[in-house]
Amino acid sequence: MTRQMPHQGTVPQQGWSWLWLTLGSLYFVIPLLATVDFSLRAKKDELGFTAYANIFNDPKFFESFTFSALTGVAAIALSMLLIVPTAYWVQLRLPRLRPVIELITLLPFVVPAVVLVFGLIRTYSTTLLNNRSGGWILLTAAYVILSFPYMYRAVDTGMRAVNVQTLTEAAQSLGANWGTIIWRVIFPNLRVALLNGAFITFAIVMGEFTIAALLAQPAFGPYMNLLASSKVYEPSALAVVSFALTWGAIGIAQILGRGKR
Amino acid sequence: MTLFQPSKQPFRAIAAVRLHFANADRPWDWLGVVPFFGFAIAFLLIPAASIAIRSVQDNAGHFTLQNLLDLRQPTIVSAYWVSIKLSVVTALIGGVVGALMAYAITVGGLTGGVRSLLMTFSGVASNFAGVPLAFAFIATLGRLGIVTGWLNQAGIDLYQGGFNLYTFWGLAITYLYFQIPLTVLILVPALDGLKREWREASENLGATSWQYWRYVALPMLMPSLLGTMILLFGNAFGAHATAYALTGGQINLVTILIGAQISGDALQNPGLGNALALGMVVIMGLSIAAYSWLQQRTARWVK
Repeated sequence: MTRQMPHQGTVPQQGWSWLWLTLGSLYFVIPLLATVDFSLRAKKDELGFTAYANIFNDPKFFESFTFSALTGVAAIALSMLLIVPTAYWVQLRLPRLRPVIELITLLPFVVPAVVLVFGLIRTYSTTLLNNRSGGWILLTAAYVILSFPYMYRAVDTGMRAVNVQTLTEAAQSLGANWGTIIWRVIFPNLRVALLNGAFITFAIVMGEFTIAALLAQPAFGPYMNLLASSKVYEPSALAVVSFALTWGAIGIAQILGRGKR
Repeated sequence: MTLFQPSKQPFRAIAAVRLHFANADRPWDWLGVVPFFGFAIAFLLIPAASIAIRSVQDNAGHFTLQNLLDLRQPTIVSAYWVSIKLSVVTALIGGVVGALMAYAITVGGLTGGVRSLLMTFSGVASNFAGVPLAFAFIATLGRLGIVTGWLNQAGIDLYQGGFNLYTFWGLAITYLYFQIPLTVLILVPALDGLKREWREASENLGATSWQYWRYVALPMLMPSLLGTMILLFGNAFGAHATAYALTGGQINLVTILIGAQISGDALQNPGLGNALALGMVVIMGLSIAAYSWLQQRTARWVK
């Protein structure tokens, strides 16, 4: 008999499975539907996109959105420049350092954002924070730190998959120097892993509130929060936009992650 | 704890590596990791260490334990207590509900389309926290919220009945929106690791389904389950934005208190703010240490 026998008790089990899944899904879906519904009620007694129009006509929306997007891109670029050579070097030459790097890249889970920004402000209040762009530098640095767990894991997995050692030796035997190897061999081979880490980081940065607000930066998170103090329906429209953005970024990251395996 | 002597461990490891390569032809290998360590030291380790150091200094910079002793103030004790209670409650409920959903899409047989949909959704929802999440729940369960309205029409007045989104239980319901998906993401691989042979072996030995779960599967999964709940605890304990946006900073949590301390020295004592933050890091550090200990136990079983 080649066909696998179905599990005994499969039928009652599936009944329970559907029950748990349905209950959980209701909890997930109802707030989303309610938020969409709420965001369409800005005009009395009719459904419409007034709240969305109000948001998109607000210049502050675009200013803060662009600010956060640019900060996110800067943080992603810096994070890649720090993580890729390090992960490469650790894989190739310094495997003993791996536990230390893993520990450091996990620290952002131990040090909550509010504590991190507290430490940054106290440490740099008399130096970096004294000039105009200092706050933005600290914000970007903090986002780079937040991206470490995601970026390092993505890059490390990616490097294990492509056999860095062989690639390096092949490139070396063709006369490539270190810069060429990292820039033209390692980076392109990690494209999927890097995009994966980048999209997750982007999603986190776009919704981040705590660090940006406490550093008094004109980012998207603080803008959203400020809007709630004066408007009723616009915040829920923003929540829908923000959820769509998160869905887009994480969805792409997950599809990329899956295609690789 | 290694956390508060941040520079020592990397340096010891670098020294070891340098020794290792001292006789080889690559004595400068460690230079390759300097940018990363430099950045981490400047923007993560020094700020963290400065909190630890400043929490045992008075305003003039002399050593003192007064800040740590001052943590006994009623406001602070209550902030820690509410934060811990909120984290435990959402870790337990999130862990159980998430485990049941993870069960449904693994052992429970609902693999295929439903599974990948739930997994993708969980990846998104576990990152959907902060201000927009608070807005979503205000639109749902706030005083003017849609679900509040539905229940009103059905004759149930939530707010008359004592419910309030802007207090402890409202916050707990909101937190579960990222806690449950996080559980699903972590537990699905663990449940996938339950080998079919174990079930068949126990059935061959005459075990009932209950006995299989009680004596085989659950003990096997226990480290993962506990580890997940610890991670959920830390996740809720460190959350600031969601609580702030939902309550406008009106709920007394440790993170909210630290935020208020940054923006306006709410405690009127800078040293005390450091001690408060140090307390958080210690609790988070302990929970992550417990998590990685449980992870090692799991790894031993699953191999």
